[in-house]
Amino acid sequence: MWVTVLQRTAILAASLIIASVVVFAVLAVLPGDPARVALGVNATEEAVVRLREQFGLDRPLVVQYADWAGGLLRGDLGTSYVSKSPVGPQVADRLQVTGILVLASMLVALVVALPAGVVMAVRHRRLSGLLLSAVSQVGVAVPAFLAGILLITVFAVRLRWLPANGWTPPAADPVMFLEQLTLPALSLGLVQGAVLTRYVRSAILDVLHEDYLRTARAKGLTAGRALVRHGLRNAAVPVVTVLGLQLATLLIGAVVVERVFVVPGLGSLLLDGVADRDLLVVRDVVMVLVVAVLLVNFLVDLLYVAIDPRLRRAR
Amino acid sequence: MTRLRRTLGVVAGTVLALTVVACDAGSKAGSDGSGGGASKSGEDALSVGLVAVPASLDFTTVDGAAIPQALLNNVYDGLVKLDQNGEIQPDLAKSWQVSDDRKTYTFDLVDNATFSNGEKFTADDAVFSINRVMSDWTISLKAAMDVVQEAKALSPSQLQVTLKEPSNDWLYRMTTRIGAMFSKTGVDNLATKPVGTGAYTLAKFNRGDSIALARNDDYWGKKPFFASVTLKYFKDATALNNALITGTIDVIGTVQAPESLAQLTKDDRFQVIEGVTNGEVVLSFNDSKAPFTDKRVRQAVRYAIDHKALVDTCWAGRGTLIGSMVPPTDPWYEDLTGVYPHDPEKAKALLAQAGQSSPTLRLRLPSLPYAQSCGQVVKSQLAQAGINAKIDTLEFPAQWLQTVFTNHDYDMSIVAHVEPHDMAAVFGNPKYYTQYDNPRVQKLFAAADTGTEQEQADDLKQAARTLSEDAAADWLFLLPNLVVAEKGITGLPKNAIAESFDLTRLARS
Repeated sequence: MWVTVLQRTAILAASLIIASVVVFAVLAVLPGDPARVALGVNATEEAVVRLREQFGLDRPLVVQYADWAGGLLRGDLGTSYVSKSPVGPQVADRLQVTGILVLASMLVALVVALPAGVVMAVRHRRLSGLLLSAVSQVGVAVPAFLAGILLITVFAVRLRWLPANGWTPPAADPVMFLEQLTLPALSLGLVQGAVLTRYVRSAILDVLHEDYLRTARAKGLTAGRALVRHGLRNAAVPVVTVLGLQLATLLIGAVVVERVFVVPGLGSLLLDGVADRDLLVVRDVVMVLVVAVLLVNFLVDLLYVAIDPRLRRAR
Repeated sequence: MTRLRRTLGVVAGTVLALTVVACDAGSKAGSDGSGGGASKSGEDALSVGLVAVPASLDFTTVDGAAIPQALLNNVYDGLVKLDQNGEIQPDLAKSWQVSDDRKTYTFDLVDNATFSNGEKFTADDAVFSINRVMSDWTISLKAAMDVVQEAKALSPSQLQVTLKEPSNDWLYRMTTRIGAMFSKTGVDNLATKPVGTGAYTLAKFNRGDSIALARNDDYWGKKPFFASVTLKYFKDATALNNALITGTIDVIGTVQAPESLAQLTKDDRFQVIEGVTNGEVVLSFNDSKAPFTDKRVRQAVRYAIDHKALVDTCWAGRGTLIGSMVPPTDPWYEDLTGVYPHDPEKAKALLAQAGQSSPTLRLRLPSLPYAQSCGQVVKSQLAQAGINAKIDTLEFPAQWLQTVFTNHDYDMSIVAHVEPHDMAAVFGNPKYYTQYDNPRVQKLFAAADTGTEQEQADDLKQAARTLSEDAAADWLFLLPNLVVAEKGITGLPKNAIAESFDLTRLARS
């Protein structure tokens, strides 16, 4: 077990280093001069040069990278040269918003996918199973932002049941917080739920025909109890894998959905940073997303071992 | 069995812990307000939806319309301000006299204004603010202050400014952000903590999301109606409309998708206010690059455009046709829309004369709503005159500024020039991206600034006509000011010709 953990940790560290280099390099060649964007039209060449110096953009790229990566290692995300305020607290603030949104979406996805997937598997030759299957197929094809726009049109603009957009911190007004969270969480969660349903279905279908289920039935368990006690655990391994991958998809999907619902999360910070050529903010946000995705994958790897003792013995 | 439970317990526990941590963290974000006012509150609170997002609150070093729109006249006062008709009115200066040689301005200042840091506003602060434009500001607009020879305090309530030469433009520019009055002890943290004498003070700035303003109870002038105003920023026109429809905001400061107005006008909860802006939507030509060095090609493009049809198609018929670089609120406005009537045959003939019967021209558009939708119409209208426009889109501002503005790597572009009195800036400087070099026009601009007011109006009128006849560019239309608000909200600006969105006169009846 510990060998696995060490291996995975080494891979995680290497991936982070490579990612940081790539993120830095890609943004270094992004067209558009941050100093000129800040100074706007009519700016003289001298003023642009002076501001580039102030921003530290005239230094060699290697020095700029070392400066940035060194800061990251110390947990210092630097000070934005556009907004002149430290990036760390901003990112932390936005990460919380995005985190809540992603977790809520995950919850929606699970609530939809687990029962639906089981029903689809158990009744896969009956009409109800086939119908659910068709619905989930449609769900897989709909992008989250489109689901968002549809939900807004129906539930906010036509029915006026829920606000169309915005964000209220849970502590400020819990009711408003939930109202505003509902539609974005649904639009991200339903689509992911549809994808997840397909995996739950096939995982359950696989275990339905296993010998141990037949043995469990022979011991006197009903079909339902046998499935719950023996089937679900075995079906969980592929589902957890997909969940991990989906968490990454959700984080990235949140960037777009935040835009549709005007949620001040990491995604909107990222897009504003790109527009203002606030390269430091963009680099930091992308790095945070990369770290989040890699960490999730790392945890999923460890979870396998926890769920499936066979993997433990194999090492 | 027990092991399964334990594992499930661990997983559930982890998820729960994560959720709790996140919720707790989110509430921390709440206390320092990561969200901002999403729900509109009581009678004396107002929420206004805007589009241009400020990246910082420091307009002395960061350019763009967004920061003065939010802060000028609301948080910062100037010596003078612009009214709805484009006339200069007193603000922190009660009155002023101009010497006979028009080089010395003596301002009598109000004596009861204090900054939000508690300091009293005096003539020393005015001297400090004017000098600071020249010494510390970095944005290009600061050049408007270069004409100042000396600013000095004659007494705590009297300021004298001497110009190097007479300038009509200077006092006008003092109504813009250039003229904002800063406290000598309040400029350390302009990006996050603005200190002014305005009717509002900054309560909270959530970058990219909102600005919360609170009424300044020590304000020296008439106190505004609303105790708190939240400026909420939307990057998406539909989201902005939806926020008004569902009651998240009370006012749309600038409608970005006029085709959606119908949806709002048929709702009897709302009022629509329509006026003019300073935003000339210019179809610009690279005037120093072939084939636009040939006047006949420039004229052909102007003849090829059917302006009425264009504005009907791409901006829902809202917007004023102008024909040159002057909005109707400027004293030197003249109706020049008839100089190049729509005539594709004439355009073809002119192109044939120039030996360019079917030129291919690059139309490089910024990624802005009006440019994207009107660019397509321009392309199809030009095609009818045999001009093949190749459209590509450049991300605005960064990529457009680099490619079109700095490197002049374009044939045509479409951009709204929103600065007030910007005719000389756009067409008086041959190094500007339009590359328009006409000594006659340059002379007129110079004479206009130093002459009397009448001479200024005459010169600029002549310059505008020359630009139009010489086809220095084509002027597609003037952006409309479209404000949509809940009925009962009064004091909304009809015309958006100043740099600020003035919140101080708004009220709810």
